[in-house]
Amino acid sequence: MDFAPIFIFIAAAAATVFAALLVNRLIAPHKPDPIKLTTYECGEEPVGSPWIRFNTRFYVIALIFLIFDVEVLFLFPWAVNLKSLGLFAWIDMAIFITILGVGLAYVWAKKDLEWIKPSMGDIETIQRLEEQNNA
Amino acid sequence: MIALEPYLDLIISVVYVVGIVLFLSLFALFATWLERKVAGHIQDRLGPMETGGWHGWLQPIADAIKLLIKEDIIPAAADKKLFKLAPYLVFIGSLAGFAVLPFAANLIGSDLNIGVYYVIAVTSLVVIGILMAGWASNNKWSMYGAMRSAAQMISYEIPVALSLLIPVMMAGTMSMVEIVDNQAGGFWNWYVFRTMPFSLIAFVIYFWASLAEVNRAPFDLPEAESELVAGYFTEYSGIRWAMFFLAEYGDMFVVSAIAATVFLGGWYAPFPFLDIIPGPIWFIGKTAFLVFVQMWLRWTLPRLRVDQLMYVCWKIFLPFSFANLLLVGLWVVLKG
Repeated sequence: MDFAPIFIFIAAAAATVFAALLVNRLIAPHKPDPIKLTTYECGEEPVGSPWIRFNTRFYVIALIFLIFDVEVLFLFPWAVNLKSLGLFAWIDMAIFITILGVGLAYVWAKKDLEWIKPSMGDIETIQRLEEQNNA
Repeated sequence: MIALEPYLDLIISVVYVVGIVLFLSLFALFATWLERKVAGHIQDRLGPMETGGWHGWLQPIADAIKLLIKEDIIPAAADKKLFKLAPYLVFIGSLAGFAVLPFAANLIGSDLNIGVYYVIAVTSLVVIGILMAGWASNNKWSMYGAMRSAAQMISYEIPVALSLLIPVMMAGTMSMVEIVDNQAGGFWNWYVFRTMPFSLIAFVIYFWASLAEVNRAPFDLPEAESELVAGYFTEYSGIRWAMFFLAEYGDMFVVSAIAATVFLGGWYAPFPFLDIIPGPIWFIGKTAFLVFVQMWLRWTLPRLRVDQLMYVCWKIFLPFSFANLLLVGLWVVLKG
């Protein structure tokens, strides 16, 4: 029964959005035309598709997030029962966190936490492209 | 006459939910007005003054009516199904968070025994909604905004969860009501002051990380007006856009209310003799104060860069949160 109000909250949220959109549909004007329906790109014709390949650093961040989020999942039951479990459970978790800490240190040392990570190769490529453009 | 008795719980829940939706709408209206006033006074101007006479108090009502009668535009290139679904997800994620906020000992949607965990889980729904909105808009600004927002929100979820673990550890429960009850009897019993300085550090980390969670300045890169137009909701207009806005103000309230619950004694007064003032007033007062601080910060601090954002999260908040967690854990164990 504890979760029944949660579902009522979710239903109420959906109903609120639906009601607002319905009222809008009934009283707002609706006059679409092709120019109005173009994608906004600062007044220019849209160039290319935004559905492009994204930088892999987003992927790396997602992976690191996943690891630590799973860890947090394990931490919650531990935190609730820590008082009754005592020092042994604390040492257990300290070892667990240390292992993940080593993982964090590895990612840190590999510079995967840096958002901007140009290697010398990249810089040389950029310089070469600039020279080609200038020529 | 139909026997109402078996449905009494259900009826009470429905009435409560309707009350919360009204409360959220009123709060969002008041907060937009307050935000403009705070912004105005910080920048040495007055903000809205005309509508309604007294300090422009009718301005948010006028804005709401304007949004309601505006044309709803869905770009021809958009993925229409996902475009329409996104505001639902974002708003559900925001309103569902209200279900476990304890306005008073008996004034709570549902006192789940996994309260704190539930809030972290359900507010993650907002990330999916934002990513969906950005992708479905088929617009470059939206796409960049959504990708940044997702990266930022998932990164900062970890410091948020780790800081919330500290009051959970000290109370030995995840139920919001029980956590507040453990902080009864004056401000010196509030968790923020209990294990100086560790819980204070946890509170500060939670507050900063929660700003990033709700995309507020100085972490408002996803909707950085000066470079991304409006971020993930660039293509949304009228009432559909207003739903994102409402959800954003709802999220501001939820994260502040959680801070007030687990760190600042929830519905209890700072001094025991002040408990004659009803609990909900204290609870909403503490939350409103934190919301005000969020606005204050927005108009005081410049926006961070993406690399600074990631630096703060992974290299400062995360190691400090872990150290904090272990130290408070040791304190809890040794104190018994």
